[in-house]
Amino acid sequence: MIRKVRSHINQDEPLLVERSSPGKKGYQLPPLDVPAVDPRAALGPDNVRDEIAGFPEVSEVEVIRHYTRLSTWNYAIDLGVYPLGSCTMKYNPRVNEFVARLDGLALAHPYQPEAVAQGAMRIQVELERALAEITGMPAVTLQPAAGAHGELTGILLIRALLESRGNPRRKVLIPDSAHGTNPATAAIAGYQVESIPSNAEGMIDLGELDRRVDDSVAALMVTNPNTLGVFERDITLAARLLHERGAMLYMDGANMNALVGIARPGDFGVDVMHLNLHKTFSTPHGGGGPGGGPVAVTREFEPFLPLPRIAGDGLLRYDYDRPQSIGRVRAFYGNFGVLVRALAYILAHGGDGLRNATLDAVLNANYVRRGLEGCYEVPYAAPSLHECVLSDKRQAALGVRTGDIAKRLIDYGFHPYTVSFPLIVHGALMIEPTETEDKRELDLFIDALRSIAEEVRDNPETVRTAPHNTRVRRVDEVAAARKPVVRWKPAAS
Amino acid sequence: MRYLPKSNAERREMLDSLGLATLEDLFAHLPDEVRLKRPLDLAPGISEYEIIDYFRARAAENDGGFASFLGAGAYYHYRPVIIDAIVQRGEFLTAYTPYQPEISQGTLTAIFEFQTMLCQLTGMDVCNASMYDGSTALPEAVMMACRVTGRTRAVVARSVHPEYREVHRTYARYQGLPVVEAPWNRETGLVDLPALEALVDDQTAAVVVQSPNFFGCVEPVREAARIAHARGALLVVMFTEAVSLGLLEPPADADIVAGELQSFAISPSYGGPYVGVMAAKEKYIRQMPGRLVGQTTDAGGQRAYCLTLATREQHIRRERATSNICTNQALIALMATVFMSVYGKQGLRELAEQNLAKAHYLAAQLEKLVEKRGARLRFSGPFFNEFVVDCGGRDPAEINRRLLGDKIIGGLELGRFEPDLSGCLLLCATETARRETMDRLVNRF
Amino acid sequence: MYPEDLLYTKEHEWIRVEGGMGTIGITFHAQKELGDIVYVELPKVGAAVAAGKTLGSVESVKAVSDIYAPVSGEVTAVNDALASAPEKLNEDPHGAAWLVQVRLTDPGELQGLLNAAAYQSYVSEETGH
Repeated sequence: MIRKVRSHINQDEPLLVERSSPGKKGYQLPPLDVPAVDPRAALGPDNVRDEIAGFPEVSEVEVIRHYTRLSTWNYAIDLGVYPLGSCTMKYNPRVNEFVARLDGLALAHPYQPEAVAQGAMRIQVELERALAEITGMPAVTLQPAAGAHGELTGILLIRALLESRGNPRRKVLIPDSAHGTNPATAAIAGYQVESIPSNAEGMIDLGELDRRVDDSVAALMVTNPNTLGVFERDITLAARLLHERGAMLYMDGANMNALVGIARPGDFGVDVMHLNLHKTFSTPHGGGGPGGGPVAVTREFEPFLPLPRIAGDGLLRYDYDRPQSIGRVRAFYGNFGVLVRALAYILAHGGDGLRNATLDAVLNANYVRRGLEGCYEVPYAAPSLHECVLSDKRQAALGVRTGDIAKRLIDYGFHPYTVSFPLIVHGALMIEPTETEDKRELDLFIDALRSIAEEVRDNPETVRTAPHNTRVRRVDEVAAARKPVVRWKPAAS
Repeated sequence: MRYLPKSNAERREMLDSLGLATLEDLFAHLPDEVRLKRPLDLAPGISEYEIIDYFRARAAENDGGFASFLGAGAYYHYRPVIIDAIVQRGEFLTAYTPYQPEISQGTLTAIFEFQTMLCQLTGMDVCNASMYDGSTALPEAVMMACRVTGRTRAVVARSVHPEYREVHRTYARYQGLPVVEAPWNRETGLVDLPALEALVDDQTAAVVVQSPNFFGCVEPVREAARIAHARGALLVVMFTEAVSLGLLEPPADADIVAGELQSFAISPSYGGPYVGVMAAKEKYIRQMPGRLVGQTTDAGGQRAYCLTLATREQHIRRERATSNICTNQALIALMATVFMSVYGKQGLRELAEQNLAKAHYLAAQLEKLVEKRGARLRFSGPFFNEFVVDCGGRDPAEINRRLLGDKIIGGLELGRFEPDLSGCLLLCATETARRETMDRLVNRF
Repeated sequence: MYPEDLLYTKEHEWIRVEGGMGTIGITFHAQKELGDIVYVELPKVGAAVAAGKTLGSVESVKAVSDIYAPVSGEVTAVNDALASAPEKLNEDPHGAAWLVQVRLTDPGELQGLLNAAAYQSYVSEETGH
């Protein structure tokens, strides 16, 4: 039974350009206080464009209406639980938005003289220190713009260190349960990718590792907890094996929400890892980004970190004299506005608060798993941490798949979980509630999935053709891919 | 803790349902040797007011109340207040990547509009949903050109932003992609076309120029296109100052246009988060990195939008993906979309014309100093809202120190990037530069 | 289901041989596993293909599958109709939706391929029905 949502009238809205009419204005600039300049004279007649054909002309009122109406078509964390596995869709605190917009921070130019950038530099130093403490790894770079960017930085660091030791090696080992960015990243870093199968429990297979790690292997990339939400029990043994053979252990930190305050990757043998500020550290996803992908490393990698680094005690300064650095991975210093939000999050929690958040995250995931174990197959028996993975095996036997169940969940008023990932589970349902969910929301969520399991038995067609109650029904993704239309064009005259 | 919406009574209920005694029991299965056995060494959590105080103090250490004439890849523009009124809405701010199109039509529609407007501005046929920033868009554009042509070499003009070129070198090094750089002409400040032509061969995948370039000058894009195409290479045109798109002829001869849209989206914010653009000709669509939103219909025949051509991306093609990019800059792209909506067709033109007027006024005033102080415009190439001033033998750092005392942040000391230009400053004047401030700068120069 | 005049591979390609020329495609099973096909990537005329190596790929919305050449040869024709109508692969995989034609360089390679009956039982084993 659908309990959490009811129908409501919801505004339609065309594309802004379809509201456009020549001469409508949404802006006003102050008058020029200097002489106007003829563009053709100043730039050369061939360098000046005609009008921007097809561009909208609308008033301010239409801009507000347009985007407000669009916003009402979205689901969001602010509306309810967003149980996407490994995405850590937790509450985005609003004080973070406020402080990121303070003039002294928002209006600071990256090339502002260091003497008048001390505040921005101090924020970076404080965040680096906090992340070092959280990860148990002494050095941190804040340059990478997102997790995948951090992965690339991390693998380049490994490459640089190994090169300095005489042999960068050829291959990176990646578990078959890994997120797609891992192999894509390794390829950009110039490494061959070798997929390593998980064992029967869905974890690192030490026997396989032993067989495959030789001096052609630069690193093993792991996620811990892995994409099943399960702690890699043999991680310290794996780290030891790799280190004995001169290889490195890279950790994808996407699932850090299970570990903060409980265990530190630096303590269990990780050499290089990235963090996702837009996951563990609450910075808002905003429909797909921005994010932040800081990289934490052990002492031996420190000389290779992207430049510049921040040095100095009282007066901070940028240190560009780093001959072994891998170079820059982006212009300027990092997604500074995202760094501010992440630091605000850490300050709000403090050490104990961060640990308590982890406890609640793991409690919530286990509570959901318990609530659903009766109706959905649990593919791996190992205890879950901050996320749980179920399988659609029972429902598939009745002709309904995880993708259909996900769509039906929308009718119940929830955003779906992660569908069909990790690939090692047949028809996966990957659920991560995060710590910022209350019990009532979790109970409604469990209720909804139980109800859907019943519908699969009694009325599978309803599930297979869901969603039914959204303003847009199931979208034809096949047509979108066969004949891509990726921009609006004026009607042919 | 105010972000944790459970009472201890509820935690107790939940633990009971799991048959556990305490929250710690949830971690009992972890190997003992991995457990952190002490609290994290971080200060205790603080209240909202204390958080604000902390960041206000940091903001004050950055000092405020300066007029700034810095550009060089990050620009000061009036930012319509309506942008934040829209992007601060929880439905935009706290939404995820629109993988479930039925409940993400807000995000998807806005991205489709972004893609459309960027095509209209750049003269390209397709544009993706954003890259991290302009600097990473450069290596991604080159990698795309390599995929399209099957070649590996890139020829990059040295008049492209130096930090962008550094980023490109980092990306190119380990993929076996050789990079050569073409010099700029000492007179004009533009890329040296004969030198460029000599460097392009039939192993060149991409020729890269930036317009307006790092020195603010408008590059001869058509000639660069001719040179590139004559050898079967693609032309990549970068931009760092998006406002220029309102006035400059779009590079229709380019194969890929990539750059930085910060000017439309967000204040300089000490370097990020910004928003990168990647746009290209239609035939290259399947080699584009990043997300793409496409138009389609739903089961009821209504127009709807969804992410499309996902088989290019990492979550499907893994090590053979067009890029490893996953999270992009969607919210910042939305800010830019609102900006473009507010200004519209006329506004972007007027905005660009104001920028042109302000910068040319400042340049003209500084040129008048040539007799008294030896200062002069360094390059003869046409410029938009940035230009290089030769300080006539005086120390640019000294000039900037004097200006700082007058609450003015002067131009970028170019010696930091170009030893040949160590006596020069790169100055930027946008629509935000007031005449009296510019006069004051000239007086104290 | 599977035409008798074709030979098959374990990677679910088929080949029809006439004289020294082979017409290559993917099987009914392959297109069914993929679901709605949205795009096909094929080599150019004149390209060389090698037995067991990829000659292209076929895409659905959520997956990409490599196509492996059953035999070595030179591509003499490519089915251009698939560029604008990839759905033909779902409709008529053994006939109108052929992918490429090649001139065989080593007819001996045909020995290693499966006939219709062998392929049918291979598919039944793989899928359990």
